[in-house]
Amino acid sequence: MIPPEFDYVAPTTLQEAIAVLEQKPDAKILAGGHSLIPLLKFRLASVNTLVDINRIDGLSYIREEGGWLKIGAMTREADLEHDPLIGQKYPLLADAARMIADPLVRNMATVGGNLAHADPANDHPAVMLAYGAVIVAAGPNGLREIPITQFFTDLFTTALAPNEILSEIRIPAHKAGNGGCYQKLERKVGDYATAAVAVQIHIGANGVCDTAGIGLTNVGPMPIKAVAAEQALVGSKLDDGAIKRAAQLAADAAQPQSDYRGTEEYKRALVKTLTVRALRKALERASN
Amino acid sequence: MSKHKITVTVNGQPRQAEVPARLLLVHFIRETLGLTGTHIGCDTTSCGACTVLLNGRAVKSCTILAVQANGGEITTVEGLAQNGKLHPIQEGFHMEHGLQCGFCTPGMMLSAIALLKQNPNPTEDDIRWGLSGNLCRCTGYVNIVKAVQYAAEKLRAER
Repeated sequence: MIPPEFDYVAPTTLQEAIAVLEQKPDAKILAGGHSLIPLLKFRLASVNTLVDINRIDGLSYIREEGGWLKIGAMTREADLEHDPLIGQKYPLLADAARMIADPLVRNMATVGGNLAHADPANDHPAVMLAYGAVIVAAGPNGLREIPITQFFTDLFTTALAPNEILSEIRIPAHKAGNGGCYQKLERKVGDYATAAVAVQIHIGANGVCDTAGIGLTNVGPMPIKAVAAEQALVGSKLDDGAIKRAAQLAADAAQPQSDYRGTEEYKRALVKTLTVRALRKALERASN
Repeated sequence: MSKHKITVTVNGQPRQAEVPARLLLVHFIRETLGLTGTHIGCDTTSCGACTVLLNGRAVKSCTILAVQANGGEITTVEGLAQNGKLHPIQEGFHMEHGLQCGFCTPGMMLSAIALLKQNPNPTEDDIRWGLSGNLCRCTGYVNIVKAVQYAAEKLRAER
């Protein structure tokens, strides 16, 4: 399959890229390209200008700084998967990175692209909702911070303006008592989730959960933050009863549709089971 | 539609061409350069038959634009044998009967090379995980795993 015709530019600075976006409002940013190029080949998308940001230096990094884990937008999924800091301190992110598409796709696909594409079937949106991440957008007037809860505005739609580029993702830095887990059921490697659940918790010195984040993948028109389930966990010791109550609330928050991956009822039950598993694993990790 | 002059080093040889922006890397390799060892299977980023090494990383060339590879280094299956001597991964597929129809084999071998560079001593699970972006419809993968184990051993011995 051949993509439709388009113009292509490959700026070497963010400023240049933003200037192109200002001149050509219908331009589209090319990051890893592993959602966009298939869409173009299927002719589900067309674009007059592709702005390739792969040649801009300084957009690929993973570092802790000022109480945040900062991830450059062009960081490849494979880099997350193999990063020792992520492996040791950010298990939710490490779990998700291993489950995204397949190893060949992960060599190209980027964290920023996964978020900016805003596909509710993508994995990072739910992960970032669970972490309470902040998205940094670069625009003509400098940088703007967008809380993840305000980032996804509709199906495939974000709060990014047409002249803005997602440049960084910030996750609250790991502290003792944090634990996280991503549980995803996929029919085969490379498929999107039938459903997946991201969990990030903090257990205080008294053994009580004081922070909880839960994000749901591919069970609604947008990535879902299971707020009632999160609230039910805060102040509890995450015993079996509390975990099961929260899992039911997460399943209630899901808005799945029946399709070839399963019925609505099945997907809701799946969210419940995956939430139980993710919470148990997150608790185990928080205790270590 | 914009056209672009690109220079790419393919199997050690610098190659230049003027390409339309929408030309996919796999078509550049097969049609512009005539290197038909890189196959087109699903054409939808699923099967891995089009796998090549781009700057040392195994990637699906049906989902990359040729212009994106400008300035880069590409290895295709044609670049594996040196001076008429098969690469250890090719020898492994030969010795362990790692192919039947052979359609997936170039992609399998390039993915395996990238895997062995990162992990010279992989377990069976590591190999299956590392090749999980490449589909084979003949072998059931058993002999492909053996072929990669063969190559791993041979490459370790060469070190």
